[in-house]
Amino acid sequence: MKQKQMMDALPGTVGEGLAQRGVDRREFLKFCTAMTAMLALPPSMAGVMAEAIAKARRQSVIWLSFQECTGCTESITRSHSPTLETLIFDLISLDYHHTLQAASGAAAEHAREQAMKDNDGKYLLIVDGSIPMGNAGYSCIAGISNYDMLVETAKGAVAIVAVGTCATYGGIPKADPNPTGAVSVSDIVKDKPIINVPGCPPIPVVMTGVLAHFLTFGNIPELDALGRPKSFYGETIHDRCYRRPFYDQGKFAETFDDEAARKGWCLFKLGCKGPVTYNACATTKWNEGTSFPIESGHGCIGCSEPNFWDAGPLYKALSMPVSATGSMLGAAAAAGAAAGVAVTWYNRSTKAQAKATHAKVTVQELTREEK
Amino acid sequence: MNHLDLLTFARGSALNWALIIFVAGTVLRLFEIFGLSRKPDLARPRIDSPGSGWRTMFTRSIPPQGMLKRDPVTYIGGYAFHLGLFLAIFFFAPHIEFFRSISGLSWRALPSALVDASVVAAIVSLIVLLAHRLNNPVKRMLSTFGDYLAWTVTFLPLLTGYMAYHHLFVEYTLMLALHIFSVELLLVLLPFTKLFHTFSVFVSRWYNGDFFGRKGVAS
Amino acid sequence: MSATLAKGINAFKEVIDTPIASYFSSCVHCGLCAEACLFYNETGEEKYTPIHKLEPLRRVWKQEYTLLGKLGKMLGLSRPVTDEELTEWEPLVYDSCTMCGRCSMVCPVGNDITYMIRKMREGMSASGHAPEDMKSATTRAINIGSPMGIKWPAVQAQIKHVQAETNIEVPVDKMGADYLVLMSSMEIINFPEYLSAISRIFKQAGVSWTLAPDAFEATNSGIQIGSSDLAREIVSRIVVAAERLKVKCVISPECGHAFTAIRWEGPNLMGKPFCFEVKHILEVLDELHAAGKLKTKGKDKRPLTYHDPCQIARRGGVVEQPRRLLGEVAEDFREMPDAGVMNWCCGGGGGVSANSRAEPLRLEAFKVKKRQIETTGAHTLITACANCRIVMEEGMEHYHMKVEVLGLTELLAEYLVEGE
Repeated sequence: MKQKQMMDALPGTVGEGLAQRGVDRREFLKFCTAMTAMLALPPSMAGVMAEAIAKARRQSVIWLSFQECTGCTESITRSHSPTLETLIFDLISLDYHHTLQAASGAAAEHAREQAMKDNDGKYLLIVDGSIPMGNAGYSCIAGISNYDMLVETAKGAVAIVAVGTCATYGGIPKADPNPTGAVSVSDIVKDKPIINVPGCPPIPVVMTGVLAHFLTFGNIPELDALGRPKSFYGETIHDRCYRRPFYDQGKFAETFDDEAARKGWCLFKLGCKGPVTYNACATTKWNEGTSFPIESGHGCIGCSEPNFWDAGPLYKALSMPVSATGSMLGAAAAAGAAAGVAVTWYNRSTKAQAKATHAKVTVQELTREEK
Repeated sequence: MNHLDLLTFARGSALNWALIIFVAGTVLRLFEIFGLSRKPDLARPRIDSPGSGWRTMFTRSIPPQGMLKRDPVTYIGGYAFHLGLFLAIFFFAPHIEFFRSISGLSWRALPSALVDASVVAAIVSLIVLLAHRLNNPVKRMLSTFGDYLAWTVTFLPLLTGYMAYHHLFVEYTLMLALHIFSVELLLVLLPFTKLFHTFSVFVSRWYNGDFFGRKGVAS
Repeated sequence: MSATLAKGINAFKEVIDTPIASYFSSCVHCGLCAEACLFYNETGEEKYTPIHKLEPLRRVWKQEYTLLGKLGKMLGLSRPVTDEELTEWEPLVYDSCTMCGRCSMVCPVGNDITYMIRKMREGMSASGHAPEDMKSATTRAINIGSPMGIKWPAVQAQIKHVQAETNIEVPVDKMGADYLVLMSSMEIINFPEYLSAISRIFKQAGVSWTLAPDAFEATNSGIQIGSSDLAREIVSRIVVAAERLKVKCVISPECGHAFTAIRWEGPNLMGKPFCFEVKHILEVLDELHAAGKLKTKGKDKRPLTYHDPCQIARRGGVVEQPRRLLGEVAEDFREMPDAGVMNWCCGGGGGVSANSRAEPLRLEAFKVKKRQIETTGAHTLITACANCRIVMEEGMEHYHMKVEVLGLTELLAEYLVEGE
């Protein structure tokens, strides 16, 4: 049996944690190499990252869940086992996460307060779910409103990671008519760096990748105008989609079960929002790189974009009107005709009057009188 | 408002209003034209050719003898522009989806590369025609604000469509929204500018063909 | 009572109809009509662009008959048409347009610009913006009976002359004749050969025809000046005579606009279809020829070319007939470039020849005709319009060209087989 080369580790660091769990250096480097690739860093950075993470003190993390469906947590746990991403939880000290933690009630809240006190100004705050502004009572934890808890917890955080479309942009709770007055984290917190990791849910490795970046470099990755890490959200699904050549050739599935669909042709006509959705689904894929929605035969619904739920019907092609119909045009034509009849009547009376005023032209009247 | 919101607005209420104004405006303008009516021609026609008006609707697209040489820029530019625009509007797959969702009708699309080429042809010819308009004394004298406005609102959908398709300079979602907005601008102005010739050209040609036809001349 | 701007604007409002509204809606300002216009082509002055000549009429249409234009007028965004503007437009509408119809043939959107010029002249004349010479010609036509001031006695003198020369009786006021023959003033004064030719040909063909003392003049200054009221009065003389004599057909002479006036505008001016036919003399001759009643002998050896009068060919539909007839008598017939329905105007139609102010421009515009004729190398030019004939003779004299002009009827008579 091959002897695993254990890592040299200082006490209290990530390296120690890894060593305790029997992770060898080779395996850890592999993880780091994968991460650097995903973050679009040069390959040489893998060693640096391994070094930095191994030496880093385990980062205190507080995870708050507001108006959400727990899909984001589900997603991140899906990457948990059996791959190396499991270990990410040993890179950090997850001090509060009300779904995952063992403690409950007052003890749970105490853990949060303790972590905030011990790591004031240094802890990382992760938020999933939107915050209701309509009525504080819509969503509370231990009698504390989501708003109050966010404001209080954000104060001592070094940075905030908003996870999922609800936390980043309001998500489905904010969808029309937005009964709770849901808003995103960035609508409330203005004085802390916020990394948006949208998706409904976000891709597990994207979440862990963002954390890895923070642990490695101690700063936030380069973000786009919507606060998303460019390394994961820099390109549209459409541009990286393996079905893109079919789009360019004009080969489209017309229904979900036609021959074209079976052949794997483009789903544009079936409402795919890939062209306007910035995410890494087409490259990292889901479930350990197994597949992603388009590969499974369904168009992208654009879940990682702000207000995606209100961006027109899911099954209408992007080039189709959201709500215009033939009957609407018929009504417009009828209105035009009604106006036309009125104008015609007016024009005809103008013309009739001109005819009535017509004075027969005689040769004496071919000349103007000099003024 | 983020880019996707803008796109949703462009595809939603903005499009609805643009289409309503376009359709109602077009119907209104046709009423304005036909409502004026005309006296029946009491002169006995030379030949009974009810088809002459219909024929001229199409034959007038062909330059009369000698005219091509007199102003090749206008003729060739005009052909390239109209054909390119026609192909882009009616034979680009996403556009056909638009028509399908409104009318239920659909037809075969041309390969995107071919549509792309026709758009380039239309854009280039529009630029050439604008330069010609500015250089040719007759065209320059005839041109009013309305002509340059019509040129602009025709040019913009082509340009934005081309830029969106090729992901040039502007973020795609935003570009797509701008493309749709530019089309809406075109739709709103079409019934009330010289762009109305899109429809009235057939009326004018019909009368021309009919008037000449009654006299026994193919026009 | 006098002409006023209000009367002119009122006339504009009256004449604007569906075709005009469609034409103005369709114009894309491409300027191709200029390329078809002889005045623009020979001067290079962009103001002679045909559609530009209609600008005041267009504005009245826009302001009176479009919703947006009405709104603009209410808000003071568009200028009303003024007397000053119409004064400025007068030379464009009258001096530089012969209503030849070439622009109507080339307009890519199908605008019949000539149709609009004719309608625009209604307002121009009603507002007193017609050229002085055309006013006096029209006044003579109304008051005396002919724009050149000719009366029936002058025709009678010609009849006598023809009878003496040919020994053929010229029928006058013959009830129930098949044909009522009309003449143009120019034929009466300048080309007496026409009446003599007609008499000989009809005698030979056995045609029953007549002249009418109350309707000998075919021309219609009212059409040229653009006043339907006056044109109606002039054309009604012919209608009354034709109905009185119960003729089957009225023959329009070798004159372009006379044919348009009687054949196409006549019934519309009178407000009823005619109970008789109207034909151009070339149509009648062609029919006689087809029926074998017009026999000729020998052929003209000279190289000949033919000028299509606009109102006879492009706006009259008589294109093949002169060619068939010429085929009988010409050995060396040569077509001009652009002959037929795309022929270039002589420059004097639509009243331009009656307008002395327009003479320098008309002579300038004649250069295109000069080139056409010179291309053929022919020195004998045949035509079928006395006005074209005079205008071309003047033009050729001005440019020192040695070309003889003949009427086609007259040429045919020269080769007529008589007395068999």
